[in-house]
Amino acid sequence: MSSDAPAAASATTPRAIVAGHGDFAAGLVSAVEQITGRGAQLIPVSVQKLSVEDIEALLRSRMQEANVRVIFTDLQAGSCTMASRRILRGMNDAVLIAGTNLPTLLDFVFADARTPADAARHAAERGRAAITVHGAGA
Amino acid sequence: MTIELYRIDDRLIHGQVVVGWGQPLDIGFIVLVDDTVAASDWEQELYRMGVPPEMDLYFHTTADAIEAIPRYRTDPRRGLLLTGDIDTMRRLVDGAGVVTVNIGGIHSRAGRTQRLRYVFLSPEEETALRALAERGAGVTAQDVPGARPVSLTDLLSRTELT
Repeated sequence: MSSDAPAAASATTPRAIVAGHGDFAAGLVSAVEQITGRGAQLIPVSVQKLSVEDIEALLRSRMQEANVRVIFTDLQAGSCTMASRRILRGMNDAVLIAGTNLPTLLDFVFADARTPADAARHAAERGRAAITVHGAGA
Repeated sequence: MTIELYRIDDRLIHGQVVVGWGQPLDIGFIVLVDDTVAASDWEQELYRMGVPPEMDLYFHTTADAIEAIPRYRTDPRRGLLLTGDIDTMRRLVDGAGVVTVNIGGIHSRAGRTQRLRYVFLSPEEETALRALAERGAGVTAQDVPGARPVSLTDLLSRTELT
């Protein structure tokens, strides 16, 4: 699949990997499913107990199995982000979004008219803008 | 200040190091000792992007690190030193007088037995850790600051996740 290809999307077609610390991925995907019913677009990957090499191999395997080229991770410094950047080094059509939050994923699963890569970039902007501060004079 | 933590962690720079230890210890710099990373600009850039701008990251081969560690110990900031494996840390214990070693993460691989949620060891690695202790280094396993440190004796007596 190329990032220029039309999005062959349905509400249940896998379009991206979600990976991060602890149960981050399963938790966010569960929340997306509860809110939208579109959680099947996201493949949660848990990497606890795995070495760096195994994390990279697992993410690469999941991407190939589902034919997706988008990875959402939690932390810029996280092992999943590091592994994903190694994977992207050899894939011109893949995109990584680090610092993912729930609004990011909610935007992504509804942006199925866009290519997955474009949808991911759009979702990143929405996620960034969705952080607000309230109270205590903010 | 000094180097606050000498850590063996096969993930090198990651969340537990930068955030988990970096923030409570007010770490100002990280010394990453790894011969492969020290030889690769791409690898260095990868890790550099994982640390916040207020934290410096220095790369050394093992041989270079032995020379550089005394200088880092006199740095006015607090530092953290990382190796990706036991043997590299053994060389620093021998060559640079490292006296406390933190096992932060040695993950699952063929031939290793699980000792803790984040520590898996082969028989050769167990022998290497015992050798570190025999050289006088205090060796404990502890993934994050809030966790209880596990002594080497306790670590090697475990056969299952606890």
